[in-house]
Amino acid sequence: MLDLKGYGPSLLDGAVITIELAFLSLALSLALGLIGASSKLSGNRLAKGIATGYTTVVRGIPDLVMMLLFYYGGQVAVNNLSDYLWEAYEIDFFFQFDPFISGVVTIGLIFGAYMTETFRGAFLAVETGQVEAAKAYGFTRWHTFRRIIFPQMLRHALPGIGNNWQVLLKTTALVSIIGLTDMVRVAEEAAKAERMPFHFFIPVAAVYLALTAGSELFIKWLDKRANVGVVHGG
Amino acid sequence: MADQAPLICRDIHKTFNKLEVLKGISLETRKGDVVSLIGSSGSGKSTFLRCINLLETPTSGDIIVHGDPIRFKENRKGERVPADNRQVELIRAKLSMVFQGFNLWSHMTVLENIIEAPVHVLKVPKKEAIERAEAYLQKVGIYERKDYYPAQMSGGQQQRAAIARALAMEPEVMLFDEPTSALDPELVGEVLKVMQSLAEEGRTMIVVTHEMAFARDVSTQVLFLHQGVIEEQGTPDKVFDNPESERMKQFLAPKF
Repeated sequence: MLDLKGYGPSLLDGAVITIELAFLSLALSLALGLIGASSKLSGNRLAKGIATGYTTVVRGIPDLVMMLLFYYGGQVAVNNLSDYLWEAYEIDFFFQFDPFISGVVTIGLIFGAYMTETFRGAFLAVETGQVEAAKAYGFTRWHTFRRIIFPQMLRHALPGIGNNWQVLLKTTALVSIIGLTDMVRVAEEAAKAERMPFHFFIPVAAVYLALTAGSELFIKWLDKRANVGVVHGG
Repeated sequence: MADQAPLICRDIHKTFNKLEVLKGISLETRKGDVVSLIGSSGSGKSTFLRCINLLETPTSGDIIVHGDPIRFKENRKGERVPADNRQVELIRAKLSMVFQGFNLWSHMTVLENIIEAPVHVLKVPKKEAIERAEAYLQKVGIYERKDYYPAQMSGGQQQRAAIARALAMEPEVMLFDEPTSALDPELVGEVLKVMQSLAEEGRTMIVVTHEMAFARDVSTQVLFLHQGVIEEQGTPDKVFDNPESERMKQFLAPKF
């Protein structure tokens, strides 16, 4: 049996943190992606501009730099704001940047930008005739979105979502550098202390692999369900 | 008001980027009328049909559906837009459309396609909507395909399913936008036959078509459009056998 030298429980806790972090970031990135794509496709120039700025900036900066900037820079900004508010208005305002929240927000923001592009392409791939038929039958805009555009958009978006999710899952490893005790951080400490890198990093790699492989199966299943009614080849 | 006109259009104009596509088209229907809109490509006949159910907003002119005039207002850019989206939705539900490209919702089965609008727009109880849908599928002859997805059927079957979808709304007027133009020649007949049976039942229909035999034999009124105006209008006998306009004579002349 694999002997984890007493690090087993904390590695397991770390794995749970990794998974929680990944799912919460995914939820945030999907929400941001839908909002971003809708803004980019809307007629509103302000919304379009904000969304374009967001995706350009976020996709252009390395994930690691974003995370450091957000966690350390964010805390400094809060500190400065706090000092200013107290001196100027005697308002007591302060909060400590929590590494977990910072991680979720940073990863969610990064992948929200990628999801925006995925959803944008998927929305554009829905045939106009499908929407026109809904209009012609008296559907409200919301009904058209919910029953026609969204399910058809998902078909085109799922492969991209699956891809983004796999990269997102692996990006969670970066949070160890801002002091969050995820699986990677625990393994790193254990490997240093015991001088046994293979012994600790290989199980970590195996956990990531299991998660990504499992996700791949799940996405395939979702894809099959979303593509019902599509005839391939011919 | 049993014999109120199902649809009246008065002096419809439509301009796209300064290009005037419709230059004042008027049409009055009685219940049971079958109106064929004919004319060459670019004559404005499809645009006119799409103005009727507001897929295009007419630049000016009135549309009155069963006594109910569609209300318009001006938006901030000075463009004419419908004043009340709810009214437009209600009116569209009374004017079901059959498209050239079928436009069946591809992620739904035939039956789901047909009950979608009756259940969600007209609020018909689901069980009743299914019974109604099945009866219309029998009528158009594809009952056994009710659980198929559109992509699994031929074009003719898809168009007949789309006609069943339109019938299930029990509309005041059915709008057909070149319903056979996307079909292989050998599939055109099955769709025209269904349309003819609807005409014989006394349904009010407006049909944009290139099928001259259908226009001549089935319609009660024919409108020949040319460059956005009605060049010739009247009964099929008059329009086809005694046309007054030169354009209409050219249009009917044998091409080779």
